[in-house]
Amino acid sequence: MSKKLYVARSPRIAARMLGEEMLVMSGQGSTLFTLNPTATILWQAADGTTPLDEIVERRICSEFEVKPDEALRDAEALAEDLAKHGILLISEQPILERPIASTPLLQEQPQR
Amino acid sequence: MQEISDRALRLGVPFSVQLDLTYRCNEQCVHCYLDHDDHGEMTTVEIKHLLKEMAEAGVFILTLSGGEIFMRKDFFEILEYARSLTFCIKLKTNAVLIRETQAARLRDLGVESIQISIYSHRPEVHDAITKVPGSLRRSVNAIRFLRAQGLKVVVANVLMTENMQDYHGVRALADEIDAKYTLDPTITPKMDGDRSILDLNAGESALRRLFRDEAFVGNADKFCAPPPVPDEDSMKALPCSAGHTACYVSPYGEFYPCVQFPLSCGNVRQQRFIDIWRNSEQLKEVRSIRLRDLSNCSQCAHGSTCTRCPGLAFMEGNMRGPSTADCEKSFARTGIPSANLLAKKQNASIPRLVQIQLVPAITGSRLSGMGAPQVM
Repeated sequence: MSKKLYVARSPRIAARMLGEEMLVMSGQGSTLFTLNPTATILWQAADGTTPLDEIVERRICSEFEVKPDEALRDAEALAEDLAKHGILLISEQPILERPIASTPLLQEQPQR
Repeated sequence: MQEISDRALRLGVPFSVQLDLTYRCNEQCVHCYLDHDDHGEMTTVEIKHLLKEMAEAGVFILTLSGGEIFMRKDFFEILEYARSLTFCIKLKTNAVLIRETQAARLRDLGVESIQISIYSHRPEVHDAITKVPGSLRRSVNAIRFLRAQGLKVVVANVLMTENMQDYHGVRALADEIDAKYTLDPTITPKMDGDRSILDLNAGESALRRLFRDEAFVGNADKFCAPPPVPDEDSMKALPCSAGHTACYVSPYGEFYPCVQFPLSCGNVRQQRFIDIWRNSEQLKEVRSIRLRDLSNCSQCAHGSTCTRCPGLAFMEGNMRGPSTADCEKSFARTGIPSANLLAKKQNASIPRLVQIQLVPAITGSRLSGMGAPQVM
């Protein structure tokens, strides 16, 4: 049985949904990527503590008609590709450093 | 990036925003268009709230500028929060307050680029423009610290009469310290409408020399070639991204189409950012303008290639009118006067009420009691 993989969003990238696609700018050379819906789901779910196989099972297999084994292989390949571009971090251990975009919403609101 | 901008335009997304955190500054540049007094800047909480609204509205590129951004004691708190919202952050600064520690922190926070104003490679010229002795040395040192961290630095070289001879030197300096280089030969009026600093603009002959300098423009004959006749597509084209995919927010929360376009569209202290973006009547008017709607420019030979700034046109008195600074650049580049310059020349050549001077006798009779004639 293969080891579990954990994925986390790189803290050095910029990202925003534009319509149906996720724009991601890598800190490496200011390269701009657009993620397709599958990659977007993977990127959004990459919290560093949920194993990749769980992300695939819960978020991808439930969304797309695809077999879990096949989906996991594709997700691993995709994660490695995104990691090469500095967009995702991959580890065999949970990645405990808090990824960006996880800051709680403001509690204090200014007066209008 | 153009494809992404086009998509943002189709979706009505404010893709790129410049937010000035303060107008306060530790330099006092002779050409600056700002009032540096603090008239009630947004608080840290207000700015964080605005950033949250901007992220929800789809803003991707966030340029933090001023004034001098490092004059705010909460600058890093704001920056850290902005990065937590995954903005692509660009900074504009004079960098005087950046040392190794700040440079390392900017790297850790994943800032995309830092634009730094350098006016000359000669301290006596740069420091005379900023009115701060030692400012060139400190800014250049800061660039070295930032480059040592692997950060992208853009040297912004604004040209004016004081430093017009120095752009080769600034570019060589940028090359030496491994920074990118950008040049801007336009001085803009002050935000309050005061146009006195426009006297600092480089003259036509200096601009002509610049536009013929192949080290900067590539093939000069191509760069300075007469413009093609404007076609239907250029008549339908948008003037620029201001109000379409980009906008500007001042330290006081005022919402403008662009930093150079002081048409108030609302205030983020009173309204949600997205509500101003979607519903402002002023923005709707800006968005409605096409080249074909412009009285002078639609008839101009430069229509298809002109860099006309609608904000500068607004500051001249009419957002549908010409921007004379851009007319002058087009003329210096091609030798072909714009429709606006031709009209100004024609108006200047028309005798101004000289008949009053020619018939002084009636001034005392038929015009008596009507006040002095106004020479227009």
